[in-house]
Amino acid sequence: MISRFRQTWAFVYRDYELTKRYWSWVVVFTVYAVVSGASVALIGVASNDRKLTLTLTIGVLFWSFLSVLFNEIAMSIAFERWEGTLEYTFMAPVSRLIHLTGVSLYAAAYSTLRAIAVLGGLFLFLDLDFTGANLFGLLIVLVVSSVAFVGLGLIAAILPVMSPERGAEATNIFQSILLLISGVYYPVSVLPEWVQPFAALSPATYALNASRKLLGVETMTPDGKLIGQSLASVQSELVTLAALGLLLVPVGLGVFGLAEQWAKRTGKLKRTG
Amino acid sequence: MSCLAIRVSQVKKVFRKRTGWWRGQSTEEWALKGVSFHLKQGEAYGLLGPNGSGKSTLIRILSTLLVPDGGEVEVLGYKLPEHEAQVRERIGRVSVDAAFYKKLSARENLLYSAFLYGFDKATAEKRAREILDRLGFPLRRFSDPLEEASRGMQQKVAIARALLLQPPLLLLDEPTTGLDPKSKRDVQEFIEELRRESGTSILLTTHDMFEAERLCDRIGMLAHGSLVAEGSAEDLVRLAGGGTLEDAFIKLSGERLTGEEDAVAEGA
Repeated sequence: MISRFRQTWAFVYRDYELTKRYWSWVVVFTVYAVVSGASVALIGVASNDRKLTLTLTIGVLFWSFLSVLFNEIAMSIAFERWEGTLEYTFMAPVSRLIHLTGVSLYAAAYSTLRAIAVLGGLFLFLDLDFTGANLFGLLIVLVVSSVAFVGLGLIAAILPVMSPERGAEATNIFQSILLLISGVYYPVSVLPEWVQPFAALSPATYALNASRKLLGVETMTPDGKLIGQSLASVQSELVTLAALGLLLVPVGLGVFGLAEQWAKRTGKLKRTG
Repeated sequence: MSCLAIRVSQVKKVFRKRTGWWRGQSTEEWALKGVSFHLKQGEAYGLLGPNGSGKSTLIRILSTLLVPDGGEVEVLGYKLPEHEAQVRERIGRVSVDAAFYKKLSARENLLYSAFLYGFDKATAEKRAREILDRLGFPLRRFSDPLEEASRGMQQKVAIARALLLQPPLLLLDEPTTGLDPKSKRDVQEFIEELRRESGTSILLTTHDMFEAERLCDRIGMLAHGSLVAEGSAEDLVRLAGGGTLEDAFIKLSGERLTGEEDAVAEGA
């Protein structure tokens, strides 16, 4: 048991030390996220529309969290390929469950801190007041949606296993499609009709719907006061998110295992670059 | 349970490369064409061969990173690929490219590896320092990023990583290629010391005839994915009718050991 804890810790330790060594890039990406997020949310300010501003702000914050969580997990294999350490990780006596749990734990912690930093940065540009919002409910949605996004990340992580040359690029396409279909900055109803059904497959769609209800964007008073709804009002979104998480994590682990076996038969684990 | 460290019987591996419009065609490259050999416990066995002869493919199969297309592989009595987990707990591997997180220090890289094998921090750090010290690694550089270390220092860290778990079997894939003479000697002396003190079984692939002669009890000559000759250095020279081990290799395999490009691109 202690041994398994240490093995899980190995990935948290490694990713923490790497984050420290690449701190300047962390600063660059965080500043970029704040500035691009503020640029989006200021569209609402320019329209003198508090509801739009908050809708966009929620989109910025949630996407800042979910995209980093997804990216850290999905790209973990690509990073190992670039560093040349993939073979050593795969020949260590560590189950893939422990490996990916360690990677996911660090990704969740890192993306939470990143989202908090982005929120802090947005306060510099926007007059944000969350009085009346159901912030505890938001936290619950964040945690439940994380599990589903970990599952999606695991599925996307197979792409760099299967294609050393183009797997990382394919992961970015996967992420951008999630951004498009999930209604991050706009209601799903504005998407072309043929795209809309795909929105139902993305956990981010349910997470954003629930968050906007809990924040009170839809039930805002005429003078702009937030009236956050209760957790019970987002029960269907929470149940859907939990179900997606329960489905996607085992599917992700299973698909990853199959991809690993395939890579061992075809020699794709070998270092490239 | 077998008393052999490695038993490889008629192992074959082919890599297929898809080419053409929509990758509709494929070409085949045979990396191993039915290789058989064994390594006794406590023995050092050298695999000699030029680039592309199948040495690294064989090491990858023994490291559980590749699944063979035919034949049987047993490591320390455990069949592969069925018993990967047991094998992984018992082998250490050093490859020609010191594969590390170059931004991290030797300490951080070794602690990461140690945690993967379930070691606690204090034990791992103590053992890492001891091994590095014996290898002649300057311990004042222990916490410096490895990107600032020389190739020789990086390779010593790679050896320390493989030895952290005190494996009964060590797979050394050209561990001294590209090292300066001093680092090369340090590594070779350490391998000799390790065999003397721990009785570790060693499979060594190399281009270096002198290294093979110095470190190995028996040598296998690999060319184009086939084992063309096997025996002690003296046996092989005698078999070739005299001269040096390199002369014997050229005569027995019909190839030179260096100066050739990779014949087989794994996973390409």
